[in-house]
Amino acid sequence: MISILPNILFAIIFIFAIYHFSKNVKKIYRNINLGIKEDRSDNKKQRWLQMLRIAFGQSKMIDKPIVGILHIIVYVGFLVINIELLEIVVDGVLGTHRVFAPYLGSFYDFLISFFECFALLVIVSIVFFWSRRNILKINRFWKNEMKGWPKSDANYILYIEVVLMLLFLTMNGADLWLQNNAEDLNYIKAGSFPVSQFFLPLFGKFSVNTVFIIERTAWWLHILGILSFLNYLYYSKHLHILLAFPNTYFANLNPKGKFSNLKSVTGEVKMMMDPSIDPFSAPAADEVSKFGASDVSDLSWIQLLNAYTCTECGRCTSECPANQTGKKLSPRKIMMDTRDRLEEVSRNIDKNNGEFKSDGKQLLGNYISNEELWACTSCNACVEACPIGIDPLSIIIDMRRYLVMEKSDAPPELNNMMTNIENNGAPWPFNQMDKLNWRNEL
Amino acid sequence: MKKIEIHTFSELLAQGKTPEILFWVGCAGSFDERAKKITKAFANILNQANVSFAVLGSEEGCTGDPAKRAGNEFLFQMQALSNIEVLNGYNVKKIVTTCPHCFNTLKNEYPELGGNYEVMHHTQFLKSLLNEGRLTVSGGAFKGKRITFHDPCYLGRANNVYEAPREVLEKLDAELSEMKSCKQKGLCCGAGGAQMFKDAEPGDKEINIKRTEEALDTKPDIIASGCPFCNTMLTDGIKNKKEEDNVQVLDIAELINQASDL
Repeated sequence: MISILPNILFAIIFIFAIYHFSKNVKKIYRNINLGIKEDRSDNKKQRWLQMLRIAFGQSKMIDKPIVGILHIIVYVGFLVINIELLEIVVDGVLGTHRVFAPYLGSFYDFLISFFECFALLVIVSIVFFWSRRNILKINRFWKNEMKGWPKSDANYILYIEVVLMLLFLTMNGADLWLQNNAEDLNYIKAGSFPVSQFFLPLFGKFSVNTVFIIERTAWWLHILGILSFLNYLYYSKHLHILLAFPNTYFANLNPKGKFSNLKSVTGEVKMMMDPSIDPFSAPAADEVSKFGASDVSDLSWIQLLNAYTCTECGRCTSECPANQTGKKLSPRKIMMDTRDRLEEVSRNIDKNNGEFKSDGKQLLGNYISNEELWACTSCNACVEACPIGIDPLSIIIDMRRYLVMEKSDAPPELNNMMTNIENNGAPWPFNQMDKLNWRNEL
Repeated sequence: MKKIEIHTFSELLAQGKTPEILFWVGCAGSFDERAKKITKAFANILNQANVSFAVLGSEEGCTGDPAKRAGNEFLFQMQALSNIEVLNGYNVKKIVTTCPHCFNTLKNEYPELGGNYEVMHHTQFLKSLLNEGRLTVSGGAFKGKRITFHDPCYLGRANNVYEAPREVLEKLDAELSEMKSCKQKGLCCGAGGAQMFKDAEPGDKEINIKRTEEALDTKPDIIASGCPFCNTMLTDGIKNKKEEDNVQVLDIAELINQASDL
């Protein structure tokens, strides 16, 4: 009876972790759907290819070759070591030990060796990553928006990953020691353990019992760590490991210069330009009663998915011409603000039985200032730089639309420019009738 | 050399002729003193290469680009719909423009509003004229000169046109050198997104100065571009750096106009 207690405990913990994780996934899904509908069900083949190339194939990561390759190592490590997770879960539930080893034989040895090599490479990569952030202090990790939680979050992720890898290797090393030194325990000889064999001297003077406890503890902490990490994702920028896939699938396929044409505006403009249309016979305008965006619910679900996907790497911000010249605008902050506000709205909904109760706040003003929005040159450098297809520019433009069309709150020079276009058909105060004067100067 | 003839669509239609191409001049090309030189250079090339073209003249309104980037979708669509009415009225099929902003808007944002045309940037058109042999350049004028090309955002990143302007420049037999950030990574000149028409937000530098510094790092004789707004920004940058005696900012149309065997 007592011998199956750990299995029951494992099963309970595992089910609870998965349950809690799926609750978080449902919440993300609900929150993303607070956004306006936008159809991205077209061009399925092209979308799959885009996802395979950019998310699965990490094609844009290597724009910065050194970190790009290090990131690919950590990413591949994450993928392959998770294969081992399958065995760990089966062992945990059934009370077996290395259940696949007898069936796979030398292939098992190959797999474990492969995992161990990647575990070591991941640790090396993470030391690089940590140094870049904390010793070299790469500029983009030290911008204003990175103070406090974002900075800690980034470091926590690195610490958790190193600890998980060390636990994995300790578990294997202790296992190998037991294979060699504790025949009574019947640890199956599972292979060569190319990296963790170097842990053997650590256990040299310990008793079988001590090493057994080390092995079991490392095994438990490793899997508990992974399950906790899974549940940490929702609160962290690390969510990108999952959302990068849908985000690149649904990312914009059009030329970057093409901005959306607001359909709600087209109807009104046509009516304005054609006096023969009877405004009362026209079909009622659809529910969009607001032009542009002042809060997260005015953004599209794509833009909200973008916000959850952002991993705050700051490649956008370091390419932004406004940011490079000391302006307040940081495209990364636009994404972080959008997620923070969306989370605030989410907590509000949870607290008020599924209904959002106005809190007197909004994305515009409380999070993103006019000054940031007007500093953008719409150059698309941020969109181009994002390794996972996030589009901060579309949010900036939607918020400008709100400022101009709902609030008439544009910088005065821009109002002059727009008045000129309206009156003269040019952004300057020249008469449209003079547009061909250059011909006479030939 | 032939006399340069510029006709409007309506003038040609009155003579019973239908031009193949509409040269969309744009606001800068029509009114800005510097940009008018680009317009004239390109018009000259079209004439000498015997391209059948016309302009809209006073019937051409702002495409609405700066209004749209500023967030004024109403004004943009009003401009777009009235321009489309004119363009469709003349049954325009093909448009060439010397402004990447007009190019982007006409090409990408007009179709949904009923304006479907084949739209080319003048560097793409020049490339095809050169490839078809309708235009030849001897290049002597620029032999030994160092030229660096500034990618306009609305031509490059916005529409993935990176090679056409470079291919045209290669014909000049000059020495081409790329800036630190070019093509996909090209730094903006600072004019886009309606910034041309307003002061910049507080910061520690003007964007055009930063871009000019990047250009000057290549030790150029000429900074080439394909956008009247980039041209203004970089020309201002060169003046700011007091380099106007050493470095010229020229549009690709102007370079070809000077080099071609017209």
